[in-house]
Amino acid sequence: MSTVTQQATGPDTHSGTADLIARLREQENRPALVGYLPVGYPTVDRSIEALKTLVDHGVDIIELGIPYTDPVLDGPVIQAAAQGALDAGARVRDVFRVVRELTEYAPHVPVLVMTYWNPVLKYGPDAFARDLAAAGGAGLITPDLIPDEGADWIAASEAHGLDRVFLVAPSSTPERLRLTVGQSRGFVYAASLMGVTGERNQVGSRAEQLVADTRAAGAPNVCVGLGVSTGAQAAEVGRFADGVIVGSALVRPLLSDGPLPDDEWAVRLTNLAGVTEDLAAGVRSARAPAPTDPPAATPGGATTSGEAL
Amino acid sequence: MKLADVSGPYFGQYGGRFVPEALIAALEELDTEFRKAADDPAFAAELQRLHREYTGRPSPLTEVPRFAAHAGGESGGVRVFLKREDLNHTGSHKINNVLGQALLVKRMGKKRLIAETGAGQHGVATATAAALMDLECVVYMGEEDTRRQALNVARMRLLGAEVVPVKIGSRTLKDAINEALRDWVANVETTHYLLGTVTGPHPFPEMVRQFHRIIGEEAREQILERTGRLPDVVAACVGGGSNALGIFNAFLDDKDVELRGFEAGGEGIESGRHAARFSGGALGVLHGARSYLLQDDDGQTLPSHSVSAGLDYPSVGPAHAWLHDLGRATYEPVTDDEAMEAFRLLCRTEGIIPAIESAHALAGALRVGQAAAAEGRTGPDGEPLVLLVNLSGRGDKDVATAARWFGLLDGADNNVAAEELERQEGRG
Repeated sequence: MSTVTQQATGPDTHSGTADLIARLREQENRPALVGYLPVGYPTVDRSIEALKTLVDHGVDIIELGIPYTDPVLDGPVIQAAAQGALDAGARVRDVFRVVRELTEYAPHVPVLVMTYWNPVLKYGPDAFARDLAAAGGAGLITPDLIPDEGADWIAASEAHGLDRVFLVAPSSTPERLRLTVGQSRGFVYAASLMGVTGERNQVGSRAEQLVADTRAAGAPNVCVGLGVSTGAQAAEVGRFADGVIVGSALVRPLLSDGPLPDDEWAVRLTNLAGVTEDLAAGVRSARAPAPTDPPAATPGGATTSGEAL
Repeated sequence: MKLADVSGPYFGQYGGRFVPEALIAALEELDTEFRKAADDPAFAAELQRLHREYTGRPSPLTEVPRFAAHAGGESGGVRVFLKREDLNHTGSHKINNVLGQALLVKRMGKKRLIAETGAGQHGVATATAAALMDLECVVYMGEEDTRRQALNVARMRLLGAEVVPVKIGSRTLKDAINEALRDWVANVETTHYLLGTVTGPHPFPEMVRQFHRIIGEEAREQILERTGRLPDVVAACVGGGSNALGIFNAFLDDKDVELRGFEAGGEGIESGRHAARFSGGALGVLHGARSYLLQDDDGQTLPSHSVSAGLDYPSVGPAHAWLHDLGRATYEPVTDDEAMEAFRLLCRTEGIIPAIESAHALAGALRVGQAAAAEGRTGPDGEPLVLLVNLSGRGDKDVATAARWFGLLDGADNNVAAEELERQEGRG
């Protein structure tokens, strides 16, 4: 079963995800790498292969997306994959099978499900929490559910000992940061810039300030998402964040216009492994001690960004 | 509290704010400005001036006896009055809300407007207000709709707006709203999302109702003046529901006035190709609000269908969901065929070409009138039954669709039209 339910400290206070992030911080002095892929793209079975590839090449926490018809916080890459998954017949209930397979394959890797609210509302928040917990899932990331509207989910996640990852944004007021942090469990998702998911040349300078403000509001773990696509960016963000969340850059290698033959799919998985390793190296170099030879750049730290990070 | 004054964020169990956290600060700012403006006589005076001098309000109330004769009124048993929102500048009720929000935008100091549009009525109204008030304007429109409503695309561009065809999902109104929301998340500090109907996150449902309540307030006064009493039935079409809520609102607390909303029955409920949220939908969340929603067993939004792009939306304003559950208003579907028959009837009997959206309300009025005649139902003291219908828009934009529907074009044009109709029927 999951790392969550193995612990005996009770659902109210405990999160296996938070434990993992704390352990990486304390023992390895590095942020966690959180990798996103949607369930069912290009098929359910292949999405499981792709997710196992993430795990094998250095992702610490899985963010498993439920494809949805109206993903308002996602950019073109994730939209395309979600639509592809729906076109291929992906169902909400597939998420439980995928979670179960992943947690059996890699019991040490927490699996958080990222979902827009309506599919959970339709399934029934308590039933969803029950089935997710039974499958070994760690909790939910909810991009369009703010704690103010989340009473049903808060109750269900309490009852079943699941993480609640709410989002904060650069526009969040101090009051809202406190409210959101107070209702979150596992970590808080800092949407580092104003915008939807996607790859960008720079991660906003506001990310570091947002992480600091969210910590000041009481969050022990703040992970940064939106816009991170390279190892260099992961290192940059990982210097100050407890976790680096990557989505579009992992989905992109899998995108195709139609079904791929096995050999081409294998190439896609190899490419995905390469991107994952680059990111994994990034988070591992984020806080590496400065090299003794002055001119040498830190691996992956050769950012061209002019951001004052 | 009066039903007419119920404020957000919730209407019963409906409404709320199911949006990304990134938008909450902007929604709070908008809510604050909206409430400040509501208490500011200067804001009311400026809006009133625009209504009068720019829009042409008050819009007339027209009695339509030749049309009423088909609604069971041969014996003089039914009188039908149309609230003529079609005569507003830009051709529909949409301008009421657009001018109100645009004035708020000026107060907030934002310089850029974004909007969604289906048939183009709200997009045209928004582009109009942007030109008038010197604001940048971007309109998101499903690619299917830009092709079907090419004239309105040109109209918006003439007015200086940028029209962005949305090429993802079903490529219609729902997807245009998704894309507008994505733009807003990215540009919220400089941009106002001028949402066109009584859906979306709080405060939109309440605010858009406020800017349209003038429809019902004028109509109430006008019909009292003309008939000496309140109407027996008020009928309106319901897509998102802004024109319906605008006219219903003034009568919500008059218990004897029956409120009837007509949604798009498309090709019939049993066909599955419709936009009848109250007949075929269930509780769900879309675009920031909890309401009735067309969805599948997984909570995925189902495509809607209607001959009228303005009613082609899978959810409905939360206040309507609330009024439905309270039993204060009733909602029923009108098929494409019924709407087009009512469309033709109003053209032929009264010389008024209605928007196909509004034709759903006309078809509803025919149904109500005919049922009343069959039952021998009258107004108080045996007076004729009085039906008030919101004629929310004019049909200029629909002439091409109607010409195809009724086969009014010659030769080659008709062949093109037939192909177009087939393509539309094959859609979503």
